[in-house]
Amino acid sequence: MYILKRFLTMIVTIWVITTLTFIIMHSIPGDPFASDADVLPEEVVENMREKYNLDQPLPVQYLLYLKNLATLDLGPSIESKTRDVNTLIADGFPASALLGIQALVIAIVFGLILGIVAALNHNGLLDYLSMGVAIIGISVPSFILAPLLIKYFAVDWGLLPVASWGSWEHTVLPSVALATAPLAIVARFMRSSMLEVMNQDYIKTADAKGVSTIGIVIKHGIRNALIPVISFIGPLVAFLLTGTFVIEKIFAIPGIGKYFVDSIFNRDFPVILGTTIFFSAILIVTLFIVDISYRLVDPRIKLSSKGE
Amino acid sequence: MIEQRNEEDLFHPVDHNRFKQNEIVRPSIGQFRETVTNILRNKLAVLGMFILVIITFFAIFGPNMVPYSYSDQNLEAKNLAPSVEHWFGTDALGRDMWARTWYGARISLTIGIAAALIDLVMGLVVGGISGYMAGRGKLGDRIDGFLMRIVEILYGIPYLLVVILLLVVMKPGLWTIILALSITGWVGMARIVRGQILQLKEQEYVTAAQKLGTSHGKIIWRHLFPNMIGIIIVNLTFTIPNAIFAESFLSFIGLGVQAPIASWGTMANDALGVILTGQWWRLFFPGFLISLTMFAFNVFGDGLQDALDPQSSD
Repeated sequence: MYILKRFLTMIVTIWVITTLTFIIMHSIPGDPFASDADVLPEEVVENMREKYNLDQPLPVQYLLYLKNLATLDLGPSIESKTRDVNTLIADGFPASALLGIQALVIAIVFGLILGIVAALNHNGLLDYLSMGVAIIGISVPSFILAPLLIKYFAVDWGLLPVASWGSWEHTVLPSVALATAPLAIVARFMRSSMLEVMNQDYIKTADAKGVSTIGIVIKHGIRNALIPVISFIGPLVAFLLTGTFVIEKIFAIPGIGKYFVDSIFNRDFPVILGTTIFFSAILIVTLFIVDISYRLVDPRIKLSSKGE
Repeated sequence: MIEQRNEEDLFHPVDHNRFKQNEIVRPSIGQFRETVTNILRNKLAVLGMFILVIITFFAIFGPNMVPYSYSDQNLEAKNLAPSVEHWFGTDALGRDMWARTWYGARISLTIGIAAALIDLVMGLVVGGISGYMAGRGKLGDRIDGFLMRIVEILYGIPYLLVVILLLVVMKPGLWTIILALSITGWVGMARIVRGQILQLKEQEYVTAAQKLGTSHGKIIWRHLFPNMIGIIIVNLTFTIPNAIFAESFLSFIGLGVQAPIASWGTMANDALGVILTGQWWRLFFPGFLISLTMFAFNVFGDGLQDALDPQSSD
């Protein structure tokens, strides 16, 4: 019942964002061929308008777009005559996905380690050290960190390629730059979650019964502390998603984020519309999966509850 | 005669002040003082506060300390390293980096604070109505449900994407950014306020106040609001840096304030091309100041959170 309700909300959200995006895109005065109208014969411009359905009244355009969307067709790109939005996304997705997943893994693995180490050394040197790293990670934006990484690791020390895409070495610097802030957030989150869990009665019970420290930490501490961290993966993915816009731009990576930013500059509305919906859909589906698995992992939260 | 005198002694006018004593109001100065003492004990939070004061000071007076404006170009003085003439050096158009950096601080802080305040007001109104109406009959539940559906849907929409979309179609400028940031930014605050109110209104002192016939307005103002101030302020100290970050992020991808107006994000973007030529000051000053501001707000917010939390007194 809860899953069904949550699923419906998800569909409604995607519909709302589609409609919203559509209205915003079409509220702009003029059309994408305004500049072509001066140089091209009128018939050609008319033909182009017809091709992109721009000659139809708005409600019809909207319904056509929804109909195409239902069959997962995001329409043609205006800027690129040969590729439509679907191929653009298909071309960019592997790079973006690889980058995003690597960054997610780095952020979660190192974030958890940092958080656990800090919590187990509460108010000790290691605690201050890891939290110092975490606060710096949150403070320095990725678009400041990325140029610095390029300057030192690629140019001055020549360890890794400067930019562009190809071998695995190319993915290291962008993944690190993308992962830093989420890593720091995970570390802080894990630390406070872990501190709270280690104060629970069942930890004391386990200790009193003679369970070894390592056993307590792994079996009772980390397992329970992880649960609230799971709920954080959704916002984390959102963070990584928008992070790819600047990272792919700085490192000249041919991913969706770069296409998205380029399409903003070219005012290529079908691409903006299509990528926005694609990004939103990915995010909304992730939030949905995270929410459901969170409830499955923690038996204390009932799936039927109202979802506070 | 004597009996009559006794009767007069038995009945005398009731002292109005006795009812005043029954009015229960929490002494507000106590918690405030406690918070201040707590936060002063936290060295990192004090450092954050100190940094914020200094950055604000230079944001206000910094641009006027030098004889250049943020947009003055001087092609004979381009790409100069920091010197006595140009404290932070100059950029590719010979513009003074000191003037631009602190002018950028003005923009960033204005956007951060304005967006956070709009979020606060919207969040208080929507979250407050929603939380207070919940469980008050059919109509109340409907209002709460309706507002929460809106919040739920907005919450599921990626924040920066909406902002980017709005900025693509709106005329670029300071207020456009503030508006775009606050259109979906209030949702988080509304959720927090609603959660707080739902929790607080079940407390015994609120029930007691209701049974004594206190008006709704007074319950909200005297009992609910003062008990939420802490969480609201803490949330503000995290909303402001988020807005500042969003602004520099947007400016960095070219959707923020437009040239020649300076912002830390646009300055960092301008510096991208020259990072390899050794002109370190182009990236260092805006980059360092964004980071420093984020750092200061974060440690101050953390300190405030700890200071307001009675459980973390150790």
